[in-house]
Amino acid sequence: MKFAVKAFSNGTARAGVLHLDSVATAIDTPSLLLSTRKGLPLFISPDLLSSLPSPDSRLLHVSPLHFLEGLSVKTISKIGGLHQLVGLHDRGFVAFPRDSIQCLPEATAANKTGASFETPCGRLLIKPAEYMEMISSMKPELWATLADEVPAWVSNKRNKTSVDRTIKWLDECIALSPANGAVFGAIVGGSSLEERQRCAQEAATRNVSGYWIGGFGLAESMDERPALLNAVTEALPEEKPRLICGLGLPEEILQGVAAGVDLFESTYIYHLTLEGFALTFPLERTRINGSNLAPNDAGIDPRKINLRATVFRKDTTPIVEGCTCYTCQNHTRAYINHLLNVHEMLAQILLEIHNTHHFLGFFRLIREAIKAGRFEEFRKDFVRSRYDHLVEEGSERVLLAR
Amino acid sequence: MALRFEVVGRFKRARAAQLTLPHFECQTPLFMPVGTQGTIKGLTTNQLEDIGCQIILGNTYHLALRPTSELIDELGGLHKFMNWPRALLTDSGGFQMVSLLHLADITEKGVTFQSPVDGKPMLLTPEESIQIQNRIGADIIMALDDVVKTTITGPRIEEAMYRTLRWIDRCIAAHKRPHEQNLFGIVQGGLDPVLRDICVRGLVDRNLPGYAIGGLAGGEDKDSFWRVVAQCTAALPGDKPRYVMGVGYPLDIVVCSALGADMYDCVYPTRTARFGTALVPEGVLKLKHNAMAKDTRPIDPTCACMVCKNYTRAYIHSLVTKDAMGSQLLSYHNLYYMMQLSRNLHSSIVEGKFPEFVCNFLQKMFPKGDVPEWVCNAMEVAEIDISSCCAPFRKD
Repeated sequence: MKFAVKAFSNGTARAGVLHLDSVATAIDTPSLLLSTRKGLPLFISPDLLSSLPSPDSRLLHVSPLHFLEGLSVKTISKIGGLHQLVGLHDRGFVAFPRDSIQCLPEATAANKTGASFETPCGRLLIKPAEYMEMISSMKPELWATLADEVPAWVSNKRNKTSVDRTIKWLDECIALSPANGAVFGAIVGGSSLEERQRCAQEAATRNVSGYWIGGFGLAESMDERPALLNAVTEALPEEKPRLICGLGLPEEILQGVAAGVDLFESTYIYHLTLEGFALTFPLERTRINGSNLAPNDAGIDPRKINLRATVFRKDTTPIVEGCTCYTCQNHTRAYINHLLNVHEMLAQILLEIHNTHHFLGFFRLIREAIKAGRFEEFRKDFVRSRYDHLVEEGSERVLLAR
Repeated sequence: MALRFEVVGRFKRARAAQLTLPHFECQTPLFMPVGTQGTIKGLTTNQLEDIGCQIILGNTYHLALRPTSELIDELGGLHKFMNWPRALLTDSGGFQMVSLLHLADITEKGVTFQSPVDGKPMLLTPEESIQIQNRIGADIIMALDDVVKTTITGPRIEEAMYRTLRWIDRCIAAHKRPHEQNLFGIVQGGLDPVLRDICVRGLVDRNLPGYAIGGLAGGEDKDSFWRVVAQCTAALPGDKPRYVMGVGYPLDIVVCSALGADMYDCVYPTRTARFGTALVPEGVLKLKHNAMAKDTRPIDPTCACMVCKNYTRAYIHSLVTKDAMGSQLLSYHNLYYMMQLSRNLHSSIVEGKFPEFVCNFLQKMFPKGDVPEWVCNAMEVAEIDISSCCAPFRKD
């Protein structure tokens, strides 16, 4: 793995380039990792995956915990690792246990021997040694060390323990490192600036290729997050990549970018897709402002549409006019509305394709803004555009709702 | 008539043909996957084209409920609505009514049933069925028939057969788009050869573009099944397509093709995929079994589909019945298998290698030579020598 920062904007937001052996083209950052279940996207089958923008869509997050229900470490090794297992040879796999959809850290059940996760197989205790066995058999391009993630409300004592354990497991995991694959040191610290800093400083002294920032998206507020993120990134060497888990919404991604994070795992696409939403905010290079968005009644989100709504029953336009994704090139809002109404799987397939395509477009806008030196401006515009039409209505209650 | 049917190869009763429909030029024998609600579960139209699907079925009953045939018509027809450029076939809606609905009652007027939406009594007449299908716009539409289960005996079967003939005239009269949509009649008559014969003659008199053999694939024993197919294919005109409704097991398709049938439909391949069962030359492979968790072979080493080329049984095992992707990949493979079977039937007949194909097929499925007796009997009537694949019968 090779990584280099190419541009800064507003001090800490940065655009970089990531090279992985398995991916022919360099990947520009900030970049999104696509969510998977057992190595493949939830709904986008491998032959349709290639229709997504490239190389933007080449990074896939895999949780080793997914394989615990039904595929042994031995069998995965025999097959030859992730690339062989899922038949995707030109992608980059990034492995870490937490999957913000279905493998969530369970802080109360972790102990000094291992981290605990709530999974579809029940509650599992994962120790560094067995975690590294999984990593060794899967052979991902990047992987994070095991962390003890805790939610924002735990006691100072529990939080401090989580940092101690995470650092200890970092060293244990590194000691068991497989020959290939780049290791990202895990950083936690909850809602304590001091602990965040301490953990980051420790990780910074270890021989790792990058950093995995955990413990976010676990009940901390959006307001306290920027300071915590900065406490981490300020303690880390600039030239190594930073990956974060648990920031889902576009605004949260922007918080991460502002603090100097390069790679993101997000559940946004998953939740949109399952609930029948499709992203529609404009992706042109022009500034996003209220007048770009279609006129709407008060209260309707200009960012996305819910295709279950009856207003789309006869709408023969694509989700987004001009979108080059498979869904918009081939199908109409009316058809997807019908598929949702009759509970057909094809609805989720088509929505996951479009939403992934669109969200990747959002990341492209972020990168362009950074390279043009106007990231903060872009960020302010984007956040404000959500509320512009509501401000005109003068409704503060609605502003505070999100 | 909106189709052309040209036989391009024969072996005894079996035929390979070119079936030219308004939206697509098809090669028979062929299998039609069922896209009940305007989609084949879990597959895109792109993938269906990649696999080689030629005709897809839409279910009139389901589509009339949601999103309604009026909406489909307003948006330009089902082809446009689902963006399927190839051929479509819709059934009459009658079968679902009888099989899905509580208190469905058949009278001379039509099928009366309780609306699943609000419980009010509703009536599906032959006229209404054809009008709905006209609005949906499929290349082939099916007449509303009075279908009875083959496990029923008695005067009901005769009543149903004669009613089917009376209803075909009402269907023909109601059909507004004969130059764009082909109305197929359906032969009924239960397992009674006399009734079947009367029905065939009656339908052939109406000079329809194609004919279906209905009322089978519903629990009758295999011996009765093949005999009805054999009788009907012998009696139906040779220059028109013959469609055996509801037939989906690969073995049944091979036998029916040997007897002279051309088209088939069934939910079996896609439905069984969702339960974790793959179609393979040996029969079926149940991927849910624990033994599969360690099996690093592909589902079918002889299959050229994307799933068999890239995935192990172990991986698919970890997905099936748990993740949507498992359904998708297995449906993809199973339909590919059925399309490949269709292609093999067509090409082996054209190339004069049909008996070899049949023997090969049976040998793989019955390696011990225990080919079921009904298959042997049917192949005898079809004049195909399968003695090389059958172990000698023991009369103990």
